Amino acid sequence: MTSADMTSEEKNTWVYAVVTFCSYGAYLAIILGRARGIPLTAVHYVGPMLWSIGGAILASILGHVAVGIAWPKDCDKKDQRDREIHQFGEYIGQSFAVIGGVAALVLSMAEVAHFWIANAIYLGFVLSALLGSAAKLVAYRRGFQSC
Amino acid sequence: MLKPTRVTNSIRALRFARGEMTQADLADRIGVTRQTIIAIEQGRYSPSLEMAFQIAQVFGVPLDEVFQYSDGEGERK
Repeated sequence: MTSADMTSEEKNTWVYAVVTFCSYGAYLAIILGRARGIPLTAVHYVGPMLWSIGGAILASILGHVAVGIAWPKDCDKKDQRDREIHQFGEYIGQSFAVIGGVAALVLSMAEVAHFWIANAIYLGFVLSALLGSAAKLVAYRRGFQSC
Repeated sequence: MLKPTRVTNSIRALRFARGEMTQADLADRIGVTRQTIIAIEQGRYSPSLEMAFQIAQVFGVPLDEVFQYSDGEGERK
């Protein structure tokens, strides 16, 4: 597989998946690093979480700009197949966003620490993004037949 | 949605019969990416009816000369 085999949308999907994975990995590493000797719920998570989300948004934008600069010919070329694969990926991914929301609802009803509620929502968004991206990449590589 | 298609096509043969038209040329003429033409040729993507007609129009042939639907074993009788 070479870059010439990929549309700009597929490259952007790779960027999004890698950025999401790395930013969440960095967040987890910071939180678990701070939790040595103290309970997880006592860890100051808000700062790292906001930096992780903000950093991921910024890195995604920069990544998309870099893809556009590296392959200017393909930039903004988006056709029906790209749109169908995008919808398919979003459909697959949204299930995890819903699961994260429901988990947060249940946790807040149980009056658990804010740490777990915030992290359940964040994990739901991350899994939604990763699963949606994975579905799109599989559709690009292995094929996609609209129903 | 990720299921094998029974739709086959003769795009590759038609391209070569039209003076070795490249995938990029065909893609430009119907307004899609070259990767979409590759995916259609390899049976990894079934185009919409409108896109199928556009492809047939480029080659100047009826739709069923470009796309064929093969009867599968699992087809209901």
